[in-house]
Amino acid sequence: MKNGKLMVAPTVLWLSFFFVIPLLIVVAVSFASRTPYGQVIFDFTLNNYQRFFEPLYLSIFAYTLGVALLTTVFTIILGYPLAYFIAQLPKKWQQPGLILVMIPFWINFLIRSYAWVIILRTRGLANTFLLEMGWIDLPMQFLYNETAVIIGMVYALLPFMVLPIYVSLEQFDRRLLEAASDLGASPFTAFRKITLPLTLPGIAAGTILVFISSLGMFVVPDVMGGAKSALVGNLIQNQFLAARDWPFGSALSIILAIMALVLIVLYYKALSAQKGGKADAKDLA
Amino acid sequence: MPKTWRNHTLCAYAMVVLAFLYFPLLILALYSFNESRINAMWTGFTWDWYLSLFHNRRVLEALYNSLLVACISTVVSTSLGTIAAIALNKYKYKFQNAINGLLYLPILIPEIVMGLSLLVLFSQAQIPLGKTTLILAHITFCVSFVVITVSTRLEGMRPELEQAAMDLYATPFQTFRYITLPMAMPGIVAGALIAFTLSIDDFIISFFVAGPSSTTLPLYIYAMVKRGISPEINALSTLLMLSTISLVVLAQILQPQHTSKKED
Repeated sequence: MKNGKLMVAPTVLWLSFFFVIPLLIVVAVSFASRTPYGQVIFDFTLNNYQRFFEPLYLSIFAYTLGVALLTTVFTIILGYPLAYFIAQLPKKWQQPGLILVMIPFWINFLIRSYAWVIILRTRGLANTFLLEMGWIDLPMQFLYNETAVIIGMVYALLPFMVLPIYVSLEQFDRRLLEAASDLGASPFTAFRKITLPLTLPGIAAGTILVFISSLGMFVVPDVMGGAKSALVGNLIQNQFLAARDWPFGSALSIILAIMALVLIVLYYKALSAQKGGKADAKDLA
Repeated sequence: MPKTWRNHTLCAYAMVVLAFLYFPLLILALYSFNESRINAMWTGFTWDWYLSLFHNRRVLEALYNSLLVACISTVVSTSLGTIAAIALNKYKYKFQNAINGLLYLPILIPEIVMGLSLLVLFSQAQIPLGKTTLILAHITFCVSFVVITVSTRLEGMRPELEQAAMDLYATPFQTFRYITLPMAMPGIVAGALIAFTLSIDDFIISFFVAGPSSTTLPLYIYAMVKRGISPEINALSTLLMLSTISLVVLAQILQPQHTSKKED
């Protein structure tokens, strides 16, 4: 094992070949054009990026950003209290609690979206229930609209929010709350001034994970949404599989990947700034 | 607000959110036993939909493809990931940040981008889509998870044991074989289980790189969902869910208790 240091080489080579090079080819294809039959011609053109600024595509991007934002907000509303609840459980119950949150995270988006189709479809569980109770006379249209897509996305991405928030709550020093209470702060004030700011990195990490996953999502809208609720992910999927416009699809996915990476970099920047703030708070306590 | 009242509210809220997470999955599983083919009304208990799966040649073929791809991807990605994690734990590298970036980026990049970039690679290299491309893709997205899982285990290990072995004239290979490897084993097994789960459950990346002859279970489910609702989908999804859940729980039990690793 004289060359032990080289043991990292196979993985580095593998990822260079099957991860970095493919991305570089996608970058190259995004500047290429295509024949009417979908063949890629490697010349240099900015057309594919220019097309992104057509109103149709801009509006799909704007719509995707809106859906991603709503999804993030709802996952915080649902996820924060759940994470808080798990973090304040006795130590031996925290691990099982976390596993309960983790399990749906490992089941793929397709199966989890399909589970909602069974509930929300015209002859599904929700409609059957409402009809049987006599609350409605005709089945309602729950699926194939924005609400369905948001429900599906929140459902699919909730674990991404709970886990990082839990981690930040677990590291959080509870004696700070006792100190606040001793100094006469109400529970709400203590939460707002101490718990919330100190768990902000967790919320930020969850937001990044949920937001990035929402931007690239195509399974949930594909299964639960209608034609009008297509997201960027569906647009890209469509360019590659149906329209066979790979150059345009490549340009769209480069834009998507850059947005994702910018968010991650911003997060790390914010995190290192926050670390400074954290030390201050500890000093004060 | 009294403290207990607040605790009860929090507890109730958390239970509702957990119910939201599990209710659809339970319904999905429950209706795989319902006699009625189309209605949401419960008409009676049956195993029929499961039985019909086992007589369906295309389902069995998809199962075979899924298992084959998952087994090969697991063996290769676990070997690659483990030796990389051991090296990273032991040595300092000049381009440490670049190597870390390369290892973490496949997890952070949207899956759809990874899937289509592999599709573009295979088509430019004129490799026909099929089981080979599927296996190459699965190894690629599994390997980072293995590195992270094994690294977590190695970080918790004390270097003194390896040093003691060296002091007692163990060769580097013997030290590796009798000290490092056995101690890293729970992490390696957990990594392998995670790789297997990711592979068997993957839909998005497979969607781009599978050929007509290499349909996996999730791809088969997708094709069925596109054709409409049927209890067979429920049965197949339930089976896939159960295997995923058992693998993940097993991996969790084996994994060291550093929960904060992945998010940091």
